[in-house]
Amino acid sequence: MDNDDLFAGTKCKWIEGSGPYADIVITSRVRLARNLEAFPFPQALTEVQQKEVVRAIAQTLDSSAVKNKFGKFRLIVLNELTAIERQILVEKHLISPEHAELKGYRAVALDKEEMISLMINEEDHLRIQVLLPALQIHESWRKANEIDDLLEKNLNFCFSETKGYLTSCPTNVGTGLRASVMLHLPGLVITKQANRILSALSQVGLTVRGLYGEGTEAAGNMFQISNQITLGRTEEEILQNLSSVIKQIVDQERSARELLLKEARSKLEDRVYRAFGALAHARIISSQEAISLLSEVRLGIDLKIIKNIDARILNELLVTIQPAYMQKLEGRKMSPSDRDKKRASIIREKLNVKFL
Amino acid sequence: MLCEECQLRPATVHITKIINNLKSELNLCEECAKGYKDEWGLGIQPAFSIPKFFAGLLDEEAGFGTGISQGYRQESKCDRCGQTYSEFTQTGRLGCNRCYAIFGKRLDPLLRRIHGSIRHTGKVPGRAGGKLRLKREVESLRAELEQLVAQEEFEKAAEVRDKIREVEKKLRS
Ligand SMILES: [Zn+2]
Ligand SMILES: [Zn+2]
Repeated sequence: MDNDDLFAGTKCKWIEGSGPYADIVITSRVRLARNLEAFPFPQALTEVQQKEVVRAIAQTLDSSAVKNKFGKFRLIVLNELTAIERQILVEKHLISPEHAELKGYRAVALDKEEMISLMINEEDHLRIQVLLPALQIHESWRKANEIDDLLEKNLNFCFSETKGYLTSCPTNVGTGLRASVMLHLPGLVITKQANRILSALSQVGLTVRGLYGEGTEAAGNMFQISNQITLGRTEEEILQNLSSVIKQIVDQERSARELLLKEARSKLEDRVYRAFGALAHARIISSQEAISLLSEVRLGIDLKIIKNIDARILNELLVTIQPAYMQKLEGRKMSPSDRDKKRASIIREKLNVKFL
Repeated sequence: MLCEECQLRPATVHITKIINNLKSELNLCEECAKGYKDEWGLGIQPAFSIPKFFAGLLDEEAGFGTGISQGYRQESKCDRCGQTYSEFTQTGRLGCNRCYAIFGKRLDPLLRRIHGSIRHTGKVPGRAGGKLRLKREVESLRAELEQLVAQEEFEKAAEVRDKIREVEKKLRS
């Protein structure tokens, strides 16, 4: 699979990076958990049975009803990939880290745009994931729901009247719906409001991930917010709750950015240009440092301090500076220090071409 | 092993952080871990863990130590996948759809803790659809009826009652 665009390209739908609130919302993801009645849940299956699950789902994807609506899906058996190739799919957010690591026969089906990924034999038989750029959480749900409707014409999903869609883990039972939004919140972090605002979210049934960083720079000021509750609320209620909270956070981030521009413009400009300078000239750079500097440059672009750089490039870099992607590109295993050098050169090339 | 933050005290707290899908581990001493907690408030709270939830329940039961809880803890086993209830309390994973029926009400406290509810109100698959949708309709009409009666709006209540009869007839056919 050496010239395969899936592992060497960056045409993933979410990387395009345009849409509502794209200056703050990086991605919107919906994931539906479903299981086939005909089989116990994946971890209780033999490999032969797991293959049958893959075959049953693949057959349905091959039906003309699905193909007419979503085009042809490409089925990839994860067991047939190298560990690095599986990791690239994780880095592109097309499969979960668990899916890459699990034992047993498992697969993923991807649409042409790399927007829809159907994880087969993850924790559940099927995880329908739709990943879009910017704040398009309802659009993601609409697509996932449509696929679910088409699939259930052929597949009997586990469902109970009182408990809804039955899942391997009770944290997903009911709607089986997990909706996540990835936000870039440098304004709230710099003005020290992020903690106060985000820690209140658990009271409205939402969880935040990606803030376990040392300080926040380490995490690139990226926060993923998702619903925790899947049972007892309708899909619409879950999405409405999430998106109204997201819009409030977006408003707060915008006013934090305005405040910074008003009160500390030159300090902010200095910070952004220093970050840009380091990225454009560094010879050795760790993943953490790169992600944190890219966050500042992203802020600079969003605030029009830096012009002539397409925000899409930053999304691309989020993938192309990751360990597996770089090693695939180089065609060899690389030591961490080799990777830090390669990373610096990838970033220089990307930024310089457009800018200097 | 020494704490990775201060390099002074022994590391006793293990923290896993996930940033852009990069998992990294951090070993800290109590002191520095507390600093993390203060900085991040809830952020540091470990994800909800089902085994821990059950461990907590058992502690409570032990604390109130009556004989009643003994019978409740009796082993039950799924006749489809063979998973036992105590295996579930340890792994947090169910083996098949039938587990939900077998373990039944014993799952409810857990579901209530996670979701604040034990009853699905969302999407219904097309094939289970027809009847179930009608049932849901009867339920919501009944609630409406109760409210109308309470407000002494008897004329409207009579209309709703007729509607309920109609839907129930469809349900029986
Ligand atoms: Zn320490
Ligand atoms: Zn079972």
